[in-house]
Amino acid sequence: MRLRAEKRIDSPAWMTFMTTALSVLLALTAGGVFLYLQGVSPFAAYAAILKSAFGSGYDLSETAVKALPLAIVSLAVMLSFTMLVWNIGGEGQALVGALAAAAVVRYFPVGSKPAMLSMMALAAVFAGGFWAGIAGLLKAKWNVNEIITTLMLNYIAMRLLEYFVYGPWRDPSSLGFPMTKPFIAAARLPSLWGTRIHMGIYALFFLTAVMEILLWRTRFGYEIRVMGDNARAARYAGMDCMKKVVGVMFISGAIAGFAGMCEVSGLQGRLQSGFSAQYGYTAIIVAWLSHLRPSLSLIIAFLMGALLVGGEALQIGMGLPMASAQILQGLILFFVLGGEFFQNYRVRIDAG
Amino acid sequence: METLLPIFVAAVRSGTPILYATLGEILTEKAGVMNLGLEGIMLMGALSGFAASLWGGSPLIGLAAAFAVGACLGLIHAFLSVTLGSNQVVCGLAMTMFGGGASALAGRSYIGMTIPGLDSWSIPVISKLPVIGRIFFSQDIMVYASFALVFLMMFFLHRTRPGMNLRAAGDNPKAADAMGLPVAGIRYLYTVIGAGLVALGGAYMSVVYNKFWAEGMTAGRGWIAVAMVIFAIWNPLQAALGAYLFGGVETFQLRLQAAGARVPAPLLMMLPYLMTILVLLFISAGKGHKVSLSAPAALGIPFYREERE
Amino acid sequence: MAGLKFRDVGDVPLVEMKGITKRFSGVTANRDVSFSVEAGEVHALLGENGAGKSTLMNILYGLYRPDKGQIFVQGKAREFHSPKDAIAAGIGMVHQHFMLVQTHSVWENMILGMKETPFILPRKKIQDRIAEISEQYGMQIDPSAAVWQLSTGEQQRVALLRMLYRNAKVLILDEPTAVLTPQESEKLFGTIRRMTREGHGVVFISHKLKEVMSEAGRVTVLRGGLNAGTVAASKTREEALAEMMVGRKASLGLERKPMARGDSVLEAKEIHVLGDRGIKAVNGVSLCLKRYEIFGVAGVAGNGQRELCEALSGLRPLISGEISVNGARMDRESPRSFIDEGVHYIPSDRKGTGMASGMDIVNNSILKKYWSKPVAKGFFIDWGTSADYAEEIVESFGVSVSSLSTPVRNLSGGNLQKLLMGRELSGTPNAVIVMHPTWGLDVSATHYVRDQILARRESGSAILLISEDLDELMALSDRLAVMFKGEFMDVLDNPGTVPIKEIGIMMAGGHKRPRTAASKADREASR
Repeated sequence: MRLRAEKRIDSPAWMTFMTTALSVLLALTAGGVFLYLQGVSPFAAYAAILKSAFGSGYDLSETAVKALPLAIVSLAVMLSFTMLVWNIGGEGQALVGALAAAAVVRYFPVGSKPAMLSMMALAAVFAGGFWAGIAGLLKAKWNVNEIITTLMLNYIAMRLLEYFVYGPWRDPSSLGFPMTKPFIAAARLPSLWGTRIHMGIYALFFLTAVMEILLWRTRFGYEIRVMGDNARAARYAGMDCMKKVVGVMFISGAIAGFAGMCEVSGLQGRLQSGFSAQYGYTAIIVAWLSHLRPSLSLIIAFLMGALLVGGEALQIGMGLPMASAQILQGLILFFVLGGEFFQNYRVRIDAG
Repeated sequence: METLLPIFVAAVRSGTPILYATLGEILTEKAGVMNLGLEGIMLMGALSGFAASLWGGSPLIGLAAAFAVGACLGLIHAFLSVTLGSNQVVCGLAMTMFGGGASALAGRSYIGMTIPGLDSWSIPVISKLPVIGRIFFSQDIMVYASFALVFLMMFFLHRTRPGMNLRAAGDNPKAADAMGLPVAGIRYLYTVIGAGLVALGGAYMSVVYNKFWAEGMTAGRGWIAVAMVIFAIWNPLQAALGAYLFGGVETFQLRLQAAGARVPAPLLMMLPYLMTILVLLFISAGKGHKVSLSAPAALGIPFYREERE
Repeated sequence: MAGLKFRDVGDVPLVEMKGITKRFSGVTANRDVSFSVEAGEVHALLGENGAGKSTLMNILYGLYRPDKGQIFVQGKAREFHSPKDAIAAGIGMVHQHFMLVQTHSVWENMILGMKETPFILPRKKIQDRIAEISEQYGMQIDPSAAVWQLSTGEQQRVALLRMLYRNAKVLILDEPTAVLTPQESEKLFGTIRRMTREGHGVVFISHKLKEVMSEAGRVTVLRGGLNAGTVAASKTREEALAEMMVGRKASLGLERKPMARGDSVLEAKEIHVLGDRGIKAVNGVSLCLKRYEIFGVAGVAGNGQRELCEALSGLRPLISGEISVNGARMDRESPRSFIDEGVHYIPSDRKGTGMASGMDIVNNSILKKYWSKPVAKGFFIDWGTSADYAEEIVESFGVSVSSLSTPVRNLSGGNLQKLLMGRELSGTPNAVIVMHPTWGLDVSATHYVRDQILARRESGSAILLISEDLDELMALSDRLAVMFKGEFMDVLDNPGTVPIKEIGIMMAGGHKRPRTAASKADREASR
């Protein structure tokens, strides 16, 4: 008896859905085993996650709060992934976006909310775009591996943020905590419906629609999809891949930078160290799980948001490190990757 | 010279974790598999090395345990990328997340503890050599082992039968397969061993260098090692150069901090990452041609025999 | 070791395959095929592309495992799990693309996969042994060279020697002459005769009837995966074999109407181009493509043909020289401007270059239209128009697909080429550059593709045809250049009147006409 894999001619959408769902289920099971081995009751842990994420209207709104930056950053990385350019730097781009927004608030405060917010958004978008654009330019001009540059830029952005919040921008009245003074009222995105959800959510819906159209309805989207499928064919059709790399990275970083601004302006109201709980990395999972479809990423981001909220609940309620949610994220990605094999291949058992 | 000497000595120590990780990744990539999960594997190695040293009472037990844990993680990566043909970039990211999370969870009770760890041991006679003796031969056995590993790997890759097979699997798996080599087996083997070496790099940090465990203590060294593989053009000797260069910059910025330099600490701490980008730019811009020629031709591409074009 | 001695086992063949069946995702490549090889014979395996020849031999070589059937080696039933087992049983294969590791040296390739090699490679000993064997079979090779530095013919020699190095008794040669000049082929046949004299059995895969008739003892014809019969070459005729191959009376039936040459469309003057490895690939080529004319380029693959095509379609920058299209200088222009000027390139690497194979037929149909009306509507793409356009190509070029949303990677080779030709030939392009248009296609698809090329000629396109198939070139070309090491050895105005032998000599770099005369001929031609 032996196993043999045969390529499927086509894989229907329901099969993609089923294998993904099954993969996630298996990942949660494996995560449960891991938790059990660590002396944590998996049932208690999962119950805590579920309850904290979906337990009440307020909990749901908190999940949405977490999902918001995830969804925006996942739109950002999705654009580059479609082109098979690996922007792993959503985290750093969001950080410099937030940094730029905070700088505007500090040095050019204006009283009018629309003016203040647009200035912040503009600064964040350019800062994020610039940050990712560096990696794009290095790749286009000298073929420098963008995975490494975007990652290194994450670490650099983190240090940069630390420099400002520990140093020149620290609020003297913060009792030594690394954070800036609270933003002026004009610099705050208004909250909605009495929750911590803020106006950034409208921007998210708008961006999702724009991305959906951009990727699937425009010449630009067509070009980057061809480049992602086969860069040689793209060149052969006269597309300038190198120019597009820089452009795509800039847009990608700009979106991530905007997410960073939303986070500080809508949620925290000030810049502080470690404000982004590794959103940049989680967003990558969101992008991958949604098969690079912007509209799908809304749902996936919400579910991942639930996991993040749950992670916090584990930290507060059970004394587990915040990073343990990453275990589940890693496992989900492992299993979904493995599951993709069964979408593309049919495994047959041969006798003999 | 006298003032610089301690910096060089420390640079070698601080570059050693990167060196192990880079060598491990070279081995894996030469066989045609790209493992980007180094950061996660190093963290798991650091934790398991520390924990096993603590419980086993010997740093050597710790190092062995780290290798074993790394090898297991390598096995996961090999299964996904060799057998299931998954996207290796995303798989590496998954490994990074998993390793980071799992080491944080499993290591929560070890925070704040210290171990005696591995002490340095000067090699008699040659450690008395001027300059070189101090820098290279007054270290610990893991440093010496890494020297040996560099040369062993050079020899192994180019002068031995299994080394040749390994390169064949990475350059032209189809041809290797047609000549009866078990391509999947070769790729599994070196992904596993490579990941073991990567984990040793992590363990060096917790068992030898710091002698404690801290969440996320590798601080991007796994990714830096990925960069160093390219910088080294897949050559072990050049990997050592890259690793020590990193170690030098790292040591330099730590000394500056300790000396109370005017430059704020976070800005100094950027230096190793900045240097990594610059070094990569230098090699890609200057020797781009050589990089693309030396890269294993089938790197990151899954191989299945009965697939007709 | 001089002269291999095999165990005398009387009438038992060296190798016998019985009732072999093999399926690939629903396609049956071999159905109940039996086949055998005797010591000292050349057994030809004949069939059109896609008849299952290579699959059958890959099974014998242990690369594929049969779904049904058995393999006997000297009368004993054997099961091969991998080529390792087949090699151990004395079976060796030289694949069409040789399966050599390009970055390794010759001697490393020679011993690749040999278990009995010591742990530390004894380079000197291996090189001596290689010298010994190459002496024995009369094949010269430099064992320390890197494979990528060798010519195609030399690489084939390495692949063949590699099998002899492992004492293969049965040698399978997969279309060995497809990549050789006629002279090199002659030399190869000499080597084959030498091997059979030494007692080897040789399987010779081919679709060229002439070679088969002159070299083989027995001939087995495969058709559609079935064994259509085994006959002695001496007891049959070419026509009979051809009929067995295609199942009906075969006819080349290509009619190239005489036409007056039109205006010149694409002109290149003394162009120099670098290859991928930074080594000069095209070395001062001049040519002029005219309407109503097919300009053929003969030559062994790897002599700069691909680089020439890429330069002429704007994909590869020139180091020096000029290219003009319709009289306007184009050599600093982007690939996009070449397309806009109506210069269309059909690459030989259909899946790897010509198509984004993960995308569907509609997406691929508009690859060179998406930026211009009516497919483009400003910043947007009109998917309705695109689908209509794809439908049009599929219908007028007879691409058989179940749906336009099928990913291109799932199309068969013939359908893929039809789609590609359809996209590039629709409308009437000013110039078409076609490379190896019939590679890997079956007889009917080949016929169709050649017909389409001729039709474009008649409707006024200027065509550059690059091929390794001399018969194809002779039948289609109005003028024929022979390319060797990046240069045109000569440009023949009336290729039909030149003996094939002379072309073969030029393909191997032999007596080139003096440059002045050649360029004079070209000047005359462009007048």
